[in-house]
Amino acid sequence: MPGWIISFSYLLASILFILAIRGLASPRTAPNGNLAGIAGMMIAVAATFCSPAVKEYLLILAVLIAGGIIGTFSALKVKMTALPQMIAAFNGLGGLAAVFISLSEISAGNPTRLESSLGLIIGAIAFSGSMIAFAKLQGLMPARALLLPFCRSINLVLVLAVIILCIVFIKEGQTNIFYALAALSALLGILLILPIGGADMPVVISILNAYSGWAAVAVGFSLNNILLIITGALVGAGGSILSYIMVKAMNRSLLGVMLGGFGTEVSTITESENKTLAARAGSPRDAAFIMENANKVIIVPGYGMAAAQAQHVLKEMADDLRQRYDVDVKFAIHPVAGRMPGHMNVLLAEANVPYENVFELEDINREFTTADVAYVIGANDITNPLAKTALDSPIYGMPVLEVEKAQTVFFVKRSLASGYAGVENPLFYADNTIMLYGDAKEVTAEIVSVLEEK
Amino acid sequence: MEIWMLLTIFILACFVGYFVVWGVTPALHSPLMSVSNAISGVIIVGALLTAGNTDAPAAETLGLIAVFLASVNIFGGFAVSHRMLLMFKKKEKK
Repeated sequence: MPGWIISFSYLLASILFILAIRGLASPRTAPNGNLAGIAGMMIAVAATFCSPAVKEYLLILAVLIAGGIIGTFSALKVKMTALPQMIAAFNGLGGLAAVFISLSEISAGNPTRLESSLGLIIGAIAFSGSMIAFAKLQGLMPARALLLPFCRSINLVLVLAVIILCIVFIKEGQTNIFYALAALSALLGILLILPIGGADMPVVISILNAYSGWAAVAVGFSLNNILLIITGALVGAGGSILSYIMVKAMNRSLLGVMLGGFGTEVSTITESENKTLAARAGSPRDAAFIMENANKVIIVPGYGMAAAQAQHVLKEMADDLRQRYDVDVKFAIHPVAGRMPGHMNVLLAEANVPYENVFELEDINREFTTADVAYVIGANDITNPLAKTALDSPIYGMPVLEVEKAQTVFFVKRSLASGYAGVENPLFYADNTIMLYGDAKEVTAEIVSVLEEK
Repeated sequence: MEIWMLLTIFILACFVGYFVVWGVTPALHSPLMSVSNAISGVIIVGALLTAGNTDAPAAETLGLIAVFLASVNIFGGFAVSHRMLLMFKKKEKK
């Protein structure tokens, strides 16, 4: 096949990939965007198969199909609540693929040592980091920040070692050094993600996403492949922007997140102050009564809703309120609610909540003053007013949903325990707050049964 | 190919990515991750090129492993995205 057809196919694939991301500008165009992505990938693979560099077909095709079956099967089987770890796992696979490609190039004697090293390092970090993120999200290891002694110094030494090894390899070209480089980079990935707590997972997943893109760029440079460079840059830029948005939504610095330790500090000042205060507990029946007589209810979901899988029953509650009692029900979403960017939106979409009823923080925050009820389900830190007032608090400056401005605030929670940031929430003790203790799903289900009694 | 040309393409692609991604609605940030994750599986092109090199058996085997990993990534990523986006689409009709 003439070279220009391959080049043209790569151009076509690049455009289709851009359109795939462009499609996500609206839920209306998004499914077509995904199809454009699939088409782009098919063109890219087909064109590469036809390139003169590929001399083996059957074996490759068999391996490709095997991977495809496994990937499709696991993607269709996974529960929607397990999405964050699924995405982390897929990210890791992409990184590992970059590692093997780099190893393959070096063993074949490819002279592009710098580019191969970069592909190897980024890919290895993306792989091992994603595996740790997966383990944390899947509950295989504690989600809280694990701070090893001298963690930061060890990481610094590791980074230096990786750089030195990389330089030595570029000069000497011994494969043993290359293996060592792979091992050290993988170790670095583990140590980088270990100290990051569960609430910072949206940032971590976005960063790892960007890494898998940058790894593709590095491989593209080593193979002189324009398609890999363009597509990797798209993904890398996308992941970086998402990380930036997430970090902004927590008012933290990227460096601060990467250095970790969030979720280990405990604010002592507020604790002692609140000792004398008592939180008011209510029953689901009280909550149902207050909400059916309300004009406007704003529901604020958090990770607790995802963990309890309460989204379906929550949608029932919203429908009952709307249809039987003519209540205006809206959903308010904080950008970092949950464990990945947009986590709550996906779960609510799964439960068939129309996306016209779902609002982002900046669009709904001023509406809490006119709301009769704020129903906070499984969220904590993202509503904490200390973020606006307590200068010494670890969450100070983070934009929060101002639920306290609603006439009545319901908190559906298991206990008064503080959230991931380790900061106590003074809202629990506020005059207009009623705590609904229990599992998010069970409490909401009880409210629904009361609402449907009449 | 000349390194400067590749670098130029790379930088320009970063700009395209920057503007396209800012246009994504926050409600679709999860699908954005899974779609871009699937797209980053384009690294399979590199895997195919190394796996197809039958002159070096070791390189071929390593490349085949990469093909497999990238393939899981691609199919899984697009399938998950499809599932997610269908859920957003359903709401349209109501």
